[in-house]
Amino acid sequence: MDFNLTKEQEMVRKLMREFAEKEVKPIAAEVDEEGRFPRETVEKMARYSMMGIPFPKELGGAGGDTLSYIIAVEELSRVCATTGVILSAHTSLGAHPIYQFGTDEQKEKYLKPLAEGKYLGAFGLTEPNAGTDAASQQTTAVLKGDHYVLNGSKVFITNGGEADIYIIFAMTDKSKGTKGISAFIVEKDYPGFSIGKIEDKMGIRGSSTAELIFEDCLVPKENLLGQEGKGFAIAMQTLDGGRIGIAAQALGIAQGALDECTKYMKERKQFGKPLAAFQGLQWMYADMATKVEAARLLVYKAAMKKDEKKPFSVDAAMAKLYAAETAMEVTTKAVQIHGGYGYIKDYPVERMMRDAKITEIYEGTSQVQKMVISANLLK
Amino acid sequence: MSVTILIEKCRGCRLCLKACPFDAIKMEDGKAVINYDKCTNCGACEASCRFEAIHVEREEREEVKDLSEYKGVWVYAEQRQGKLMFTSLELLGEGRKLADKLGVELSALLLGHEVEDICQELIHYGADKVIYANHKLLQNYTTDGYTKVITDLINEKKPEIVIIGATNIGRDLAPRIAARLNTGLTADCTKLDIDEEQKILLQTRPAFGGNIMATIVTPKHRPQMATVRPGVMKKMEKDESRKGVVEKVDVNLHDEDIRVKVEEIVKSAKQVVNLVEAQYIVSGGRGLGGPEGFKLLKELADALGGVVGSSRAAVDSGWISHDHQVGQTGKTVRPKVYIACGISGAIQHLAGMQNSDCIIAINKNPDAPIFSVADYGIVGDLYKVVPMLIEEVKKLKEQK
Amino acid sequence: MKIIVCIKQVPDTNEVRIDPKTGTLIREGVPSIINHDDKNALEEALKLKDKYKDVHITVLTMGPPQADVALREALAMGADRAILLSDRAFAGSDTWATAKTLTAAVKKIGDYDIIFCGRQAIDGDTAQVGPQLAEDLGIPQITYVTHLEVNGREVKAHRALEDGYEVLSTKMPCLLTAIKELNEPRYASVRGIFEAYREKQVEIWSAKDIDINLNETGLNSSPTNVRQTFTPSPKGQGMILEGNGRDTVQELLFKLGEKHLI
Repeated sequence: MDFNLTKEQEMVRKLMREFAEKEVKPIAAEVDEEGRFPRETVEKMARYSMMGIPFPKELGGAGGDTLSYIIAVEELSRVCATTGVILSAHTSLGAHPIYQFGTDEQKEKYLKPLAEGKYLGAFGLTEPNAGTDAASQQTTAVLKGDHYVLNGSKVFITNGGEADIYIIFAMTDKSKGTKGISAFIVEKDYPGFSIGKIEDKMGIRGSSTAELIFEDCLVPKENLLGQEGKGFAIAMQTLDGGRIGIAAQALGIAQGALDECTKYMKERKQFGKPLAAFQGLQWMYADMATKVEAARLLVYKAAMKKDEKKPFSVDAAMAKLYAAETAMEVTTKAVQIHGGYGYIKDYPVERMMRDAKITEIYEGTSQVQKMVISANLLK
Repeated sequence: MSVTILIEKCRGCRLCLKACPFDAIKMEDGKAVINYDKCTNCGACEASCRFEAIHVEREEREEVKDLSEYKGVWVYAEQRQGKLMFTSLELLGEGRKLADKLGVELSALLLGHEVEDICQELIHYGADKVIYANHKLLQNYTTDGYTKVITDLINEKKPEIVIIGATNIGRDLAPRIAARLNTGLTADCTKLDIDEEQKILLQTRPAFGGNIMATIVTPKHRPQMATVRPGVMKKMEKDESRKGVVEKVDVNLHDEDIRVKVEEIVKSAKQVVNLVEAQYIVSGGRGLGGPEGFKLLKELADALGGVVGSSRAAVDSGWISHDHQVGQTGKTVRPKVYIACGISGAIQHLAGMQNSDCIIAINKNPDAPIFSVADYGIVGDLYKVVPMLIEEVKKLKEQK
Repeated sequence: MKIIVCIKQVPDTNEVRIDPKTGTLIREGVPSIINHDDKNALEEALKLKDKYKDVHITVLTMGPPQADVALREALAMGADRAILLSDRAFAGSDTWATAKTLTAAVKKIGDYDIIFCGRQAIDGDTAQVGPQLAEDLGIPQITYVTHLEVNGREVKAHRALEDGYEVLSTKMPCLLTAIKELNEPRYASVRGIFEAYREKQVEIWSAKDIDINLNETGLNSSPTNVRQTFTPSPKGQGMILEGNGRDTVQELLFKLGEKHLI
């Protein structure tokens, strides 16, 4: 068992750390305050082939592996959870399904520009009545001639409104239940497709979270992804991978909060001593650091198993479950350690705490992760 | 290998491991071990060891050249457009000390076109002799022209020490000369001295971004060359009664010798220095009482060649714009000197400036937290102290 | 156009601290980076490649085996060829010996039009290797370059002075040293990183691979020796000066002057 990163992965971390510190961190507070989508960061990332890390060069990607991509999400999230999720949703949810299930034509037409960062990707599964109960899809898709006609709406879609390409799930055959759901590649300009409400959120406020509305939206039949009826399987498999991305985001948030504490505890003095000299706080800090490291090992292992093409669903679920809970705990404690200063916006830890909460909810709530884990292990 | 650990003396205290700038020491079985792939023989470990357990061998080569024919200290007198650079006077002051310690002559080396009037000034500031090379092709500095003339002169007259100011030009010229003469050159020295026993030049300079100081010697090559950081050495008092010799030398230089042409020399106005790169920052806080205070601080900043900073309180009050803000929600700075005027020193502000080389605090309140991080504090009214500071700084600059 | 860029892997001296208790360098956790000025040199070469297309960039470094990482980063940024000059015989070289060694390597590389160096490395801080290399190769030099134009074999550059700049012109082959004001170095791309490790090589040259006289390299051949290193005295406790009148102000300035802070 080798716990070492490869030289490429080390260099990717170094690159992403530098990029995050210089390009992302300086605007993180403003992005959060204004709820502004950091389009300029996305354009910079595209320039340095950061938007397609795990995809082969021939398909517009960087020719890297899953773990390198995960490290990139971690390093970005460490300074800005918004930027981390933009990359994660785009790569794992928007681009990856096309990589895994797309035809050569679809890969050429859509995956390449997504991997190159020319297009931004998104994934539309959740509906007002279908959250954890994802199978209860009410959006319909009816084949009429050369097009599928989509009707319905999606809600809480990350990158919604900013993305160019959406992977949309709709019911093509109600009678077949989950086997009646299909996946489609939808371009933002297709007639009948519009963006509804953009949500005002507790955290990851720069991430554009939108309602998608389909009113007789015409999608060319070549844009069916995979086969009719295979949509639900595609969604579940895609979410398995996306889970590792969110776990990496949670890990990054936790690490960022921990790093802020490391700095603050040495600077802040009370009773003539730095906070780092008080045993109660030292113990709190030690617990936090240990949990972050444990989360890291779970996240990296899930990524490695995916790279080794081994089954990784349970690993991904465990990683997301643990990393998200760790992020929530560590950021809450980080605010506590900062005392009054942790509660005001001068310091980033209150934002990190607000950002952490969503990691326990999206791409499968912590409860869903527990379902996945127990279902797999108790069968 | 030149660095050895004396195992019996090594206590495993790890001071050397921490001191090594190249990460070339690790502990094995409680003793220090050198990784010779990384070791550069810099000697930082030897200096850090309290138990004399590290020995850096500085081998003596068998054949020692006869260096006794090299005599005299030379100072390169840099002139630009007929004006002598101030640092040349500093060099003369230092050169004088070195020459006196060695009991030898101090010569100033002057290259240019029709710049005779500088010769007397050089003598008044300490030179015994001025070696003056006058030629049209030496009017403007060129690497090729100046290197050729100077190396020819050095080969002919054999000085034992040549010091050059570490200006942009000095740092272009000196290494070229040293390479042509195959001799040693030490850059950017902040201290020069003579080893009494060996009669050689001790050249002390900062390295590692100023985190360590090193003393360098050039034992077996001549001349011993050093560039000297401007603004560090002291010039002598001008003595117009001093007498000296001006030796005009022939210059053997042709157009084709000079491969880089000077098309134009452009002087530019002082550019806007940004906070993050500034070496001097004068910062104001709530104690200013209003925006006019920043005008006063700007005067001081200008006098020091720096920029104005601010605490958050002043920015929030609308007295100055946000891009001057230093602190947790502003910029983090590391200047040489940070002067905090009317700033209490809240932790958010300290987070942005506590790594400054030297922190000076001026505040009415003797209990202000800023004083606990300041290197120097003045308890008083900044509106009285700062004007005096401005005057005194301007006086100092004029002296230069 | 054939360009050789000389780079150096250095510890990030901005992150190096002095331990206030022992007065020694704290080196742990200090990352190794490509020297900043050298990155500017490499960036300028890459810009020429972006513009003129038919440009080949070789990065060369003299250092211990771990300098491989710096070369890989340079390859990831877009350099074509990387050479690591590494041999215990080179260890302890001062700038004179380093220049001699680099000269031997450049001669082995063969053809070149421009040699780019950074003005100075943040650990040695000498700014000597560039000019000494130019001298050993017998080519003209322009140092402190803040702006560069290339026209056929003509090179035109702005050379920074303390209070302005000079416009200089020369012909290739020549050596240029870069400073921060020249450009903003690009990041390596992620694709570049994987290509650097999977498709490109770092050639390792030892003393026997180049035509170097062992009398001209290494610690014992260096004309300058380090006699002693020490850390400057630690900061110590701050002090509140007495009074607040003119004499106090003068005392303050005197103290600053003593420390060469003004």
